[in-house]
Amino acid sequence: MLVVGEKINTSRKSIAAAVEAQDVDFIREVAREQAEAGAHYIDVNAGTFLDKEVDYLCWLVEIVQNAVDLPLCLDSPNPQALAEAIKHHKGEPMINSISLEKERYEALLPVVTDRPCRVVALCMAETSMPTTVEERVQVGAALINRLTSEGIPVEKIYVDPLVQPVSVDTGMGTAVLGAIDIIMQDFPRVNTICGLSNISFGLPMRKVINRNFLALCMASGLSAAILDPTDEQLMATLLSVEMLLGGDEYCENFIGAYQSGRVSTI
Amino acid sequence: MSDFKGLTEAVIKGDIQTAVAETQTALDAGANLQDILDKGLIAAMDQVGEKFSTGQMFVPQMLRSAKTMQECMKLIKPLFQEDELATKGKVVIGTVRQDLHDIGKNLVAMMMEGAGFAITDLGVDVSPKDFTQKAQEVGADIVAMSALLSTTMPAMRETIEALQEAGIRDKVKVMIGGAPVTENFASEIKADSYAPDAGSAVIAAKKLLSIS
Repeated sequence: MLVVGEKINTSRKSIAAAVEAQDVDFIREVAREQAEAGAHYIDVNAGTFLDKEVDYLCWLVEIVQNAVDLPLCLDSPNPQALAEAIKHHKGEPMINSISLEKERYEALLPVVTDRPCRVVALCMAETSMPTTVEERVQVGAALINRLTSEGIPVEKIYVDPLVQPVSVDTGMGTAVLGAIDIIMQDFPRVNTICGLSNISFGLPMRKVINRNFLALCMASGLSAAILDPTDEQLMATLLSVEMLLGGDEYCENFIGAYQSGRVSTI
Repeated sequence: MSDFKGLTEAVIKGDIQTAVAETQTALDAGANLQDILDKGLIAAMDQVGEKFSTGQMFVPQMLRSAKTMQECMKLIKPLFQEDELATKGKVVIGTVRQDLHDIGKNLVAMMMEGAGFAITDLGVDVSPKDFTQKAQEVGADIVAMSALLSTTMPAMRETIEALQEAGIRDKVKVMIGGAPVTENFASEIKADSYAPDAGSAVIAAKKLLSIS
């Protein structure tokens, strides 16, 4: 299971304040704690700054890669910000995200084909948001086919099935689970990724919902998740489920996390 | 007022069967239509909005209450003469250009409708021109815009400019909302109000139109 640490996002107040104040130490610390907690990629998102997003995102790339020896997940709906940030990145970044929306697709295609990178393919259709399993699979398949025909290896594609709140439509959980299942079966070696918190919008006890949703997604084949790796209960869920699904030889990661005190024991 | 207690409670609970029966009972007893609407249904939805804003009620419960009210309206609406149904104000609502997210916008539209506003929902990917034309056409009191992407927020500014160019900026109040949208951004683009959720949107709309 690939973990993308989500904490460096300017939609969080403390991060926005640190970015505005150019507080290098604060950002470095948030990067480091996520790396220590088991993140494989560190997400960076400065989207809330609009006009200043490009500068701030590039700044974050430099600061975070100085702090930790990990690749980053460059996260923005703005193709221009991604095109600039990728120039500052060392190694192979993950680009989050491309979709079938025409302008976004056309602007990002040259960015993601220019150099080796991993690509999050968000299941947004050209003019609508998918609701059913079938619609998600259709958009996901179209993105996989188009991106691979442009020379991107299938194993570098991370399909995001687009998680929507179960509070608004109780079919939204199974819509994602079904889509993950079919995409992982139809396209061997492709990856699936998602964020967790959208699922619990509008409901109480969101953390419990998010944790259990992660477990269900993993059982359906999810291979990567964007989450807070410093949430010890969430990571305990992730590691135990991965083990139960046969993905942790000798239960090494699970026991290791326990013995090093990195996960919650309750 | 106490006449409508059963109806109000049923709407808050989202109990369609009881609410519809209570509405019918009120109609049979000859209650005033506007009273059933204002003191029964809208009063209930006001409480729902307030409980939602303070975390005592959650989205599925709000949806259920709104649906209950809609079912009751099916009994009442045909009995009103044309134009007789008093609305709190006319609202043109939509998600801005190139943005396809509609969940938040739908919740706001539903709660505003529940509060007694007349809603024209333009859907998603609504251009500044479409907002402006529709606002002119219906004589809108409020234009409400939603954006879920930082990249589509500038379309809110453009829509306000389009309202200005059409010469109707001083006739409509502009409300904005959506995950990346902030109070600061609202004042920066000279919107009249920012609302972080559906419950607050209703309160903000009433304030803008000076409705108690």
